[in-house]
Amino acid sequence: MAQFRVCPDSGFYFDKSAESLMKANAVAGAVSLLIAGVLGLGVILTRWQEVHLLPADLFYQVLTGHGINALIFWIIFFEMAILYFASSTLLRTRLAAPRWAWLGFALMIIGMVMNNIAVLQGNSSVMMTSYAPMQAAPHFYLGLILFAVGALIGCFVFLGTLVIARDDRTYEGSIPLVTFGALTACIIAIFTIASGAIILVPTFLWSVGYIGHIDAAMYRVIWWGMGHSSQQINVAAHVSVWYLIAGVLFGARPMSEKVSRFAFLLYILFLQLASAHHILVDPGISSEWKVFNTSYAMYLAVLASMIHGLTVPGSVEVAQRAKGYTKGMFEWLRKAPWGNPVFSGFFLSLIIFGFIGGITGVVMGTEQINLIIHNTIYVPAHFHATVAVGTTLTFMALTYLLIPVLFRRALFLPWMARWQPYVFSAGMTLMILFMLGAGTLGVSRRHWDMDFTGAILSFEYPGTAYTLMAVAGIGGVLGVLGGAMYLIVTVGSLLFGKKLDESAGLFQGFGAPLAASSYNVDQPERLLMAPKLAVEQHGSGGMEAPGTFVLALALLVCFVVYYFINWDYLASVWPLS
Amino acid sequence: MSSFLPPSERIWWKTPIGKEEVLWIGIALVWCLIMFFMMPYWHIYGKQNLSNEAYQTTPQRFQARVDEMVKQYKIGEQSGIPIVKPPAGSDVYMLGRLWQWYPILELEKNQSYRLHLSSMDWNHGFSLQPVNINLQIIPGYEMVITVTPDQAGEFTVVCNEYCGIGHHLMLGKIYVKEN
Repeated sequence: MAQFRVCPDSGFYFDKSAESLMKANAVAGAVSLLIAGVLGLGVILTRWQEVHLLPADLFYQVLTGHGINALIFWIIFFEMAILYFASSTLLRTRLAAPRWAWLGFALMIIGMVMNNIAVLQGNSSVMMTSYAPMQAAPHFYLGLILFAVGALIGCFVFLGTLVIARDDRTYEGSIPLVTFGALTACIIAIFTIASGAIILVPTFLWSVGYIGHIDAAMYRVIWWGMGHSSQQINVAAHVSVWYLIAGVLFGARPMSEKVSRFAFLLYILFLQLASAHHILVDPGISSEWKVFNTSYAMYLAVLASMIHGLTVPGSVEVAQRAKGYTKGMFEWLRKAPWGNPVFSGFFLSLIIFGFIGGITGVVMGTEQINLIIHNTIYVPAHFHATVAVGTTLTFMALTYLLIPVLFRRALFLPWMARWQPYVFSAGMTLMILFMLGAGTLGVSRRHWDMDFTGAILSFEYPGTAYTLMAVAGIGGVLGVLGGAMYLIVTVGSLLFGKKLDESAGLFQGFGAPLAASSYNVDQPERLLMAPKLAVEQHGSGGMEAPGTFVLALALLVCFVVYYFINWDYLASVWPLS
Repeated sequence: MSSFLPPSERIWWKTPIGKEEVLWIGIALVWCLIMFFMMPYWHIYGKQNLSNEAYQTTPQRFQARVDEMVKQYKIGEQSGIPIVKPPAGSDVYMLGRLWQWYPILELEKNQSYRLHLSSMDWNHGFSLQPVNINLQIIPGYEMVITVTPDQAGEFTVVCNEYCGIGHHLMLGKIYVKEN
């Protein structure tokens, strides 16, 4: 018999086994983030040439571990928690096959530990990408495979839970937008894991000697079907979380269900083509293939992100205006709860993801412009804007929401939580902007020594490049400090945070607080459709969210200007044909 | 609050769309199409495009072609690496291996060369500095691009694809001389 707890603050129902799984996955994610953060500090302090902390072998080893823990383990563990939340909790249903879900979790843990051990042993400093024919130890690949199988089980548990909810009719009408977004992430995840299996299983067999040869070009094409797609799971997941946070904090409803869901559908159809971004300057691949794929057919996934970029803040603006914050263009934003880390984390990640991560991604993913960017430090700058600030900061903001709701604890050191999103995003943004600059000057990524000490020939980057990397180093250290603050608050809350037995009056904005948190609910009440609006505002002629529209136009102007600056830069390099 | 509740309308796909959304989708779609057509446009009118010319090869075969060029056109040596000056307009070769770009090329300004690139072992990154042209060099594949240096001077090829512990020692040179 399924047992449910109802959170007295949020009114969310938690199935007992789903709740434990969410907690376990979130904690495992935080552990991965801790590893990634410590290693990241080693990376940035080495790339800061005046500090140059680590020796070469250790640097490459640390960089490998940093990439895998941050880009794979941290986010996918956390995304498993989100999948269980978006299915079981949001649909008020029991979780499908909890034992399978635990098996998946166990496989993910084993895989993560195995892969980290392989890297720690030192024979697998092959970077996250592990491009064949460079070879890692067999358990490096096996760890990743086990992790992926575990995640795949999690995806099917999520799908099974949707089916159960539908069969049990636990909700009215269609699934909520947030669940729809999570479903998008799940579909992308299954594609990702399939690509991973297609390339990692033969690579594992090659590493133990059963297969003689892995074609290096084929490896890159298929590996990126996993490597890039895994980051697209993030996009779908963190956009869903943005909608969730907007709903929880502001009672925001999507401006239009149709538009937001259509944008998620575009993700499902086109986002995966972006794996081509990594092979734009590879031999043996035709320009037609590159143009079609790198542009997600005709930038249809970019269109989707631009839509979410309007509708997520737009939904907040509409909700705020309804509460009376109607003065001028931006009173709704000025009067937003900037001291609440759930809000500040969400909004900062939205802005930085869009303005920096989104724009740089499209620019460097342009077939010819990639010539002046491929494998420079511009590339990690871009994906720190998308993954480290976009996804990671969003997940941090969600954690501050989940600590009281899921773990029923008060935040430990709330002042630190209040500052954390600002410190983290300021540090990361500083690092990102200056790395973008250094990349434009040609500074290489994944490179231990800008001075080339000991090389037979010699080369010097311009002095500016050193300054840029030093400022990036300062930003990176600040970012790691922000990450540490997150972990202190999170771990501190779980260990020392005040237990919340009764309603703490946290989220009275939506739903009346209940008396006590309890496990005595056998079957939650059926989830009803959202109340209809008193007045139908859509299509009434005027704009509901003019401030957001102005912000969106500002994004477009930056986008257009920066895009053509890069074409101009490209036009200045040696003619190639 | 319906972002995490079922939509308020059962037939949600028939509700009208707000004005700013329609306008924004229109603007964004136009921008997306402009960006898309910039790429074919540049293939026709731009000067920086990769050719689609590439061949499967083997390290031995490619090495033999490089050696032949070195034998024929060697004009000197720098730090034990041959400097090669092939005639303008000809096929020139450079290989990447752990941890060296080989040989050193001397080219003439404003002349075109068919540059063949391949790797002898692992992936390497051909990053021409300070011009900042970056190419992926893959073992087993021979990439051919027509390059026209339009500046004279000393240029360095940095390896920007991680290739093991000596990665940061891997440099090459291209000299471009005024003719």
